[in-house]
Amino acid sequence: MSTTEDQPGEHRIGIDVGGTNTDAVVIDGGGRVLTAVKVATTPDPIDGIQGALAEVLDGIDRTLVTKAMLGTTHPANAVIQRRDLEKVAVLRLAAPSSLGVRPGAAWPIDIRDLVIGTAAIIEGGHEYDGREIAPLDVDAIRRLAADATAAGCRSIAVSAAFSPASNQHELRAQEILVEELGADFPVSLSHQVGSLGLLERENATILNAALLQVASSVVHGFEAALDSHGLDIESYLTQNDGTLMTAAEARRFPVLTLGSGPTNSMRGACALAGLDDAVVVDVGGTSCDAGILVDGFPRESTAAVEVGGVRTNFRMPDLISIGLGGGTIVRDGRAGTGDDLSIGPESVGYAVATEARCVGGTTLTLSDISLAAGRLDGFGDPTLVDALDRALVDDALAWVDEQITIVSERMKSSRQPVPLLAVGGGAHLVPDRIQGISEVQRPEHHSVANAYGACIAEASGTVDRVYSYDETGRESSLDDARERATDAAVRAGADPDRVRITTLTEVPMTYVPGGGCRVMVKAAGPLA
Amino acid sequence: MDELTADDIEDLCLGATLLGTGGGGDPYIAKLVAHQALEEYGPVPVVNAADLPPDALVLTTAIIGAPTVILEKIPAGTEFRAAVESLAAYLGQEPAAIMPIEVGGLNTLLPIATAAEMGLPIVNADSMRRAFPQIEMTVFTLAGLPAGPMAVADEKGNQCVFRTTNNQMAETLARTAVIQLGLANSISCYPMTAGQVTAHAIQDSLAYCVDVGRDLQAVKDGADGAWERFLARSGSVEFFTGKVVDLDRRTTDGFARSTLILEDLDGSDQTMRIEVQNENLIAFLDDEPVITTPNLICLLDHETRDPVTTEYIAYGNRVVVIGMPCAPEWHQDGMLDLVGPKAFGYDVDFVELPA
Repeated sequence: MSTTEDQPGEHRIGIDVGGTNTDAVVIDGGGRVLTAVKVATTPDPIDGIQGALAEVLDGIDRTLVTKAMLGTTHPANAVIQRRDLEKVAVLRLAAPSSLGVRPGAAWPIDIRDLVIGTAAIIEGGHEYDGREIAPLDVDAIRRLAADATAAGCRSIAVSAAFSPASNQHELRAQEILVEELGADFPVSLSHQVGSLGLLERENATILNAALLQVASSVVHGFEAALDSHGLDIESYLTQNDGTLMTAAEARRFPVLTLGSGPTNSMRGACALAGLDDAVVVDVGGTSCDAGILVDGFPRESTAAVEVGGVRTNFRMPDLISIGLGGGTIVRDGRAGTGDDLSIGPESVGYAVATEARCVGGTTLTLSDISLAAGRLDGFGDPTLVDALDRALVDDALAWVDEQITIVSERMKSSRQPVPLLAVGGGAHLVPDRIQGISEVQRPEHHSVANAYGACIAEASGTVDRVYSYDETGRESSLDDARERATDAAVRAGADPDRVRITTLTEVPMTYVPGGGCRVMVKAAGPLA
Repeated sequence: MDELTADDIEDLCLGATLLGTGGGGDPYIAKLVAHQALEEYGPVPVVNAADLPPDALVLTTAIIGAPTVILEKIPAGTEFRAAVESLAAYLGQEPAAIMPIEVGGLNTLLPIATAAEMGLPIVNADSMRRAFPQIEMTVFTLAGLPAGPMAVADEKGNQCVFRTTNNQMAETLARTAVIQLGLANSISCYPMTAGQVTAHAIQDSLAYCVDVGRDLQAVKDGADGAWERFLARSGSVEFFTGKVVDLDRRTTDGFARSTLILEDLDGSDQTMRIEVQNENLIAFLDDEPVITTPNLICLLDHETRDPVTTEYIAYGNRVVVIGMPCAPEWHQDGMLDLVGPKAFGYDVDFVELPA
C-alpha cells in the first residue's frame, strides 16, 4: 500500500461526487483506510457531501484531520447539461491572423448561444519565434469591456496566439480590463488554462469563465460542509490528471477539474491493490469506464477531448466508456423468455437504490441480474429476483462478460496478460475470469476507489514550451523544462524533497528551423 | 459534382484525412475555415478544366508552414487571396478558377475557402491526390511544368513573388521566406492554363476525395457491406490488423521521421513495420515491402475506422492497414525518381498493389 504521509497521526478525508454515488473515506498517514462510506448523490450535491461527511467522520478524532480532498463532477455536469453557466465575453488577441475561424465556431449551437455573449478578434498575439503578430490594440480591448457589460456578460475569456510561450499580451489585456471593469470582474487567461492549440485553448478558457460561479458555489459548499463538522483544514480539489489544486485555485480554474473522476478512480484502485500496471474497469450506476495504468498513472489519450460537444486539448486518461452499470435497464421483449433481450444504455442511475426489482422497485436492472446470479451480495433482497427466468439471467450475464472482455482487450498494450482491477459500485458485475487477463482483483474498499484516489493525490506542475535545440541544445532544453515543471509543482504545494518528473514528451516541429521541439513535462510530488 | 456546399465539408474532410496518408496536416482547422467561408459567401461551383476556355488562367493556393505553428496561428483567409492576387498581378492576367495543389490533408479544404471568398469556381483536379511533403513532388514536375513564378503571402500584407530555375529551388525559396513570415502562410504556385490542367493534372480529385470520405463515413456508420464497398470503389487492399507495439520518433532535417511496429491482433507471429516521414511511406510485412510510396498507406482505427494520423498515433493503438492505389496519372516516366521509395532515402524497390 502506498504511503503518502510521514506523520502517521495525520488523517485525510477524500470525497468523490459521482453521478450516482457520493463516496468518502478517511485515511491515516500510512495510507490505511479508517472509514469508508457510500451515499446516494443528491439533486443538490452539497447535501450528499454533508451526508457522507457525517457518516465517514463517525468515530474519527477530528483533531487529527489535516486535509480534505474533493473530486467532483459538478463542473462537468454543468457543461454537459448546460446548467448554471454564465455568459462570457470572448477576446482573442491574434488579428490579423485567425480571422478565418470565429470563436465558438465549432460549438453546438445551444451552448454557444447560452455562453458566448459577445466576441472580438483584435490585433495582438505573438509569432512562433516571439515577435508580435501586431501591437496590442488597447482601444479595442476597452470597446470589448463596454460590449461585455452591455451584453450582460459576467466574465471575460482572453486568448492570445502563442500565449503559452509569450504571455505578455494576455497579461496586459487583463490590466486594461481591470482598469475598465474593476478588479472584481473575473478574467480568465488562456495561458493559465491550456496548452498549445489556440482554438482548443480558447474553448477551454471560455468554459472556465462560464464555470466560475459553479466553482464558487461548489467550493463554498465544500468548505461550509467541512466547517459544519468543526473542521478548519486545508481543502483541495482534484484535477484532470489526478493531481491537486487548492480550493482557492479551483475557484479560478474550474475547467481543470472536468475529467478528474476517472483519474481518481484509476489511481485509487492502483494504490489500494499495490499495483503500478493494470487494466482498471470502473463500473458505476450508469456506465463502465476502462483505462490502463502505466507506472501508476493513467495512459493519456492523444485525441482531442470533447466536453459537452466542445473540443478542448486537455490531457485526459485514455478511456473507453460503455453503457453498462448497476442501474442499466434490462428489457425482456417477451416477458420471461429471454428473447429479444435488450440491455441499456438507459439506466436508472442513482435511483437504483429505490427503482431496482431487488429493492422492491419495478425496473429490471443489471443489479437484479447480478444478484440472481450470485455475483452481488449485500444489496437488495434475493427473494425478489427468484422468479427471474434462468435463460434471461444467463443471457444478460453473457452480454456483460463479453462487453467487459472487449473493453479490457482494447485497453491492453500487448498480448501479455495483465491484472485487471474491478472497482466502483457496480464492480460485482465484472466476472472472475476474463480472457487475456492474468487475474481479476477487487481491492479492499474498491467501491470507494475514487475517494481514495482523491485522498492520495499529489501536487503537480506542468510545462509546455517550444525550444530550439540548435540554440540551447537538447539536454539543457530538457533540463530547463524539468526545472520549470518542478518549480511549478513546488509552488502548487509539492514537497521539494519528494517531487519527481512523471512524464516528459518531446514533439519535434516539422519544418521549423533551428531544431524546434515542443517539450511537455509534468512533475508531481506529495503535499509538503 | 456541380458545387461544394457547407454540407459537403464533413465527407470532404474525412476523405482528406484519409488521403493525407498519415500526414498532410490535420484538416480540422481547414474544415472550420472552409465552413465559415461557405456560410459567408455561399456554395462554390466545381468545374472541370476541360469546360474552361483553354487559355484561361488557373491559380492554386495552399498553406505552407509548420503544422504545429498552424495550430496557434489560425489562417485569416485573406492570405490565400493575397497570394493568388499577387501572382495574377505579376502575370498580368485574372484567374478564371482556383485549383487545389494537394488533395490530401488540410490543403484540400483551404482553396475552397479562397474560391468562395473570390467568387471563383474551383477546378476538380490537383497535382498529388494524396499528401507529399514538398512542392516539387507533383505530377506537374513530371510533365516539366514549372512551380514558378510563385507567390508567398502572409495575413499582414507582405507578399513576395519568386521566379525560379527549377522546382526544387522553388521549394527552398518558399521555405526560406515563410520562416520570416511566421510559418503559417499561403503559397500560389504552378500557374497554368486550363488547357495545361486538362493535359497534365490529376482529374476529378475533389470528387474522388468526397466519394472516399462518404464511403468511409458509411463504414463508420456501420452500414451493411460498407467496408467491402469502400475497399472496392477506391481499389484498396486490406493488409494487416494490428496493435502498435513500438513507436520510434526522431527528427532529422525538419522531417518527423518515425518507425511503427504493429503486432497481429489475431495472435499470429506476423508483424508489420511502417516507415514514416511526415506521411506513411513504406509498409513491410515481416521485412517484405508490401506497400510503397507513391501508393497510399492508410491506418484506420480498428473500432471507429477513423483515419489515424502520424501526430496522434500512440503505443497500443489498434489499427487496420490498407494500401490505396495512387492516382493513375502518377504512372509516367520519372515517378520513382521523384516520389518512389529511393527518393525518400530507402533502398527498397517500388511494389505494385495486388489487383
